[in-house]
Amino acid sequence: MSDETAGEAWFAGIDTTDPEAAAERISEGAADKPADWPTAAVEAGAVDSTDAYYDLLRNATIAATRAAVAEAEAADDQQLAHLVRAMDDCNRTANELAERVSEWAGARLGESGSGVGFARRIASRDTASGNAGDERLIDLAQRVADLDDEAAALRAEIEQSAPQVAPNLSALAGPVLAARLISLAGGLEDLAKSPSSTVQVLGAEDALFAHLRGQGPSPKHGVIFTHDAVRGMPRENRGSAARALAGKLTLAARVDHYSGERKPELDEQLAERIDRIRARTDSADSDSGGDDQ
Amino acid sequence: MSLPDGVERRQFADENRLATRGPPVYGEPTDGEWRAWDARRSKLGATLEKGMDTGLDAGDSVLYLGAASGTTVSHVADFAGPTYAVEFAARPARDLVGVAADRDRLFPLLKDARKPESYAHVVESDLDAIVQDVATRGQARVALENKQFLAEDGRLIATIKARSEDVTAEPAEVFEDVLAELEDGYEVLDTERLEPFHDDHLAVVARPK
Repeated sequence: MSDETAGEAWFAGIDTTDPEAAAERISEGAADKPADWPTAAVEAGAVDSTDAYYDLLRNATIAATRAAVAEAEAADDQQLAHLVRAMDDCNRTANELAERVSEWAGARLGESGSGVGFARRIASRDTASGNAGDERLIDLAQRVADLDDEAAALRAEIEQSAPQVAPNLSALAGPVLAARLISLAGGLEDLAKSPSSTVQVLGAEDALFAHLRGQGPSPKHGVIFTHDAVRGMPRENRGSAARALAGKLTLAARVDHYSGERKPELDEQLAERIDRIRARTDSADSDSGGDDQ
Repeated sequence: MSLPDGVERRQFADENRLATRGPPVYGEPTDGEWRAWDARRSKLGATLEKGMDTGLDAGDSVLYLGAASGTTVSHVADFAGPTYAVEFAARPARDLVGVAADRDRLFPLLKDARKPESYAHVVESDLDAIVQDVATRGQARVALENKQFLAEDGRLIATIKARSEDVTAEPAEVFEDVLAELEDGYEVLDTERLEPFHDDHLAVVARPK
């Protein structure tokens, strides 16, 4: 092996007993081609034996990978994904428990009602009745209220941080939908690299794969359905609206990932496109309601 | 039977299953220090279950591409020698680090298998085997680009996932294309579909040429 090759080894030129230096070289380093590194390390006097080399390598790779994982997972777009998933979990669980409260309260207290609002009403009752069963029910209702509060707090946090992570996407989609798209794509970078046709059906994977197997129509939209531009559109134009919206959201995600600068003209372009699609329905009521331009 | 030394068939409950010796990883059934190797969760496990001659042996030096959370690579490290585990995604790599921490010669690397230069300063040359299970388009190219780590008489044991190349195409056609591309750098020794353990997957054993 030439010295030049050995100079590329992860252990070359660093204090191998310094875990941070070793970890950094493993994460950041590179070489044109591999070599017999264990032998090279012994020859270079970095270690006494190949066994000692592997022990060193083990500690260094574990430290390097642990640090790289921690860094990747702390990235703000990943935090945003956690926030939106946590919010969804809180909402879902609150609704589920609220149903239980409704059923129980109906049987026990003779009260009827449903949803989180009803659970809040039960939770506000006096627990001092001394009746253990009542107490459990009211306590459970309080948990529903707490989960609902937590969901609201999580939403507030999303609304606060999404515009920092993805300013354009948040402006076009709204912070929560922006966070949801980032979460579904696996990160802002993944979203930025997705074609707009993928963004259009994010969240409709079941329907998409059913379609690819030939068992259904192609889905028109995934989570972007929650956007007013799609939901507020007459049915026959929702496909067009979803396609236009997905296109602009993809652009926004790319700007956010690659430059991070706010571009207000994107908002105008989207509003214009949606207006044009909406005008189609208004003016062509007698028409057959064609979809494509 | 062509099981590597260190991999045995053993009785778990009323089932005869593959097993290796090592600390448990994913809640698999154990029998003393032996732990069951679930062919339904591991494509390499399925490859061995199918009776393919992988050429793997105890003490082999191995580069594992697409280690994910370490389910399969933990079994490899149980019977092999130095085992380098490359995984691209952070989330599964977190679990992989945990698996590595329980073993002496398993080296986790958060790297992209399509960019071997980013780990060639760590992974040694002249390895006995590359085990490849990457769910990305261009699976043949990954194998070709990583050939540089393999000894002349080394083995590539790859699982080709048809859906990663093209969701809509017929798996058989996808496999044909991938194998043809693989021939640029490898001589394919044996192939086998992994049904019923894994749908639309092809196991390939090849040697560099």
